[in-house]
Amino acid sequence: MGAALIVLAGLAAWEAIVRLGLVDDLLLPAPAQVAESLWSDRALLADDLAVTTGEVLLGLAAAIAAGAALGVTMHVSRPARRALRPLVIGSQAVPVPVIAPLVVLVLGFGLAPKVLLVALVCFFPVAINVYDGLRDTDADARKLLRSLDASRWQTLRMLELPSALPSAFTGMKVAAAVAVIGAVFAEWSGADSGLGHALLTANGQLETARAFAATLLLFLLAVTLYGALSLLERRVVDWTPRSDPGGP
Amino acid sequence: METDVEAPVTEPRDLSGGVTVAGVEKAFGAVQALGGVSLHAAPREVVAVAGPSGCGKSTLLELVCGLAAPDAGTVEAAPAALMPQRDGLLPWLSALDNAALALRVGGTGRAAARAAAHEHFAAFGLEGFERARPRELSGGMRQRVAFLRTLLAGRPVLALDEPFGALDALTRGQMQRWLAGALAREPRTVLLVTHDVEEAALLADRIVLLSPRPGRVVATLEVPLPRPRHRTDLAVVELRERALSALGGDA
Repeated sequence: MGAALIVLAGLAAWEAIVRLGLVDDLLLPAPAQVAESLWSDRALLADDLAVTTGEVLLGLAAAIAAGAALGVTMHVSRPARRALRPLVIGSQAVPVPVIAPLVVLVLGFGLAPKVLLVALVCFFPVAINVYDGLRDTDADARKLLRSLDASRWQTLRMLELPSALPSAFTGMKVAAAVAVIGAVFAEWSGADSGLGHALLTANGQLETARAFAATLLLFLLAVTLYGALSLLERRVVDWTPRSDPGGP
Repeated sequence: METDVEAPVTEPRDLSGGVTVAGVEKAFGAVQALGGVSLHAAPREVVAVAGPSGCGKSTLLELVCGLAAPDAGTVEAAPAALMPQRDGLLPWLSALDNAALALRVGGTGRAAARAAAHEHFAAFGLEGFERARPRELSGGMRQRVAFLRTLLAGRPVLALDEPFGALDALTRGQMQRWLAGALAREPRTVLLVTHDVEEAALLADRIVLLSPRPGRVVATLEVPLPRPRHRTDLAVVELRERALSALGGDA
């Protein structure tokens, strides 16, 4: 309720500022203009939304698979940890806008570069949170399994992996929130559809209302993905009492 | 292999095992945890190790369970099952699956392990809570699940690390009586670490008293009292006082 009131008040103020002519509506369209664009361009925007959603879902899935595999590998193997950790951390220093054109150059204008860039943005929070979660297991439980002569694989399967799940979900939710950034940069570097592409062309045509409409859809996409993962988390990690379910 | 794990409680691999610890020292960095400890537990004997916090009691159990090696001295022990200080229950497993954990690690299939664990649920006062998660159980029930898991490991020695330390006084008293009964039914060699000398007097055949860090044996008290014992028995009270004065806790 509180959030809805804040949003409504903000929208009303925004609408008033534009209507009063305090800013040029080429720079800042009024909410009503954005809503109108959402409606009149709905066929176009729906297609773009579908394209971007596909890229984001595939990229996120790839990032979760790769990030989890990396996290587990770094956890179980010290040489792998030594070799991979600097690379994994360093990968986050590479600015996506810089490598996006290179990736598109190599992989072409199809789906592959988009998925790869989304995955590149998303794998890091997954990998680091899985790795931290695997390390941060209860010392008593660890001792217990050692006293039972559990194998490395049994310890991983029976103790470390379930214990790391809450942390892994945190990583996946962070990844879901930033995934659209990767998709937008990828589309900016070469695409003929998608919300990022719509954003770019609308800006070029001074159609700011459409650009804002596309941005609103990106915002909703991120929130929806985050919410879906929160729901899944509550179903899967059902043993920790949480005062706040952490949904959006 | 299969036959070994099918009936672990009624037919443990080896009931004859005792524990002999001789002149054991153990340091962690600059901290000397154990400064030369010797003790013996004959097969099916309950030996309590009592002493103030930080006298290396938990370290002693880790040595007996083979989780660490001593810096000096020797540890000869039959295979031991550890019940960690905080119960060590896995929060995502049901009470039944937690109790069956040792069997699962030992290679028993899920259904067989659950069935073996469930046979004891009534006697352990856990019936109806098979599917409950640890956080849904009371403190006493959690300890009973943890003890059942320890028992089902099928090892001749039980290493219990302050099993009732976190319970309120009333529940602790109930659990002590319950443990005495459970051990009467399923005799094992038991090393019981506790900071409560009364608990030691109620449950043990022998009490080994350790000094503050570095832990050394300050006294060994035989407890030739019949069971069941009660905290108000004159002999138990006397023993408690003797133990307290040996530890320097008499005021």
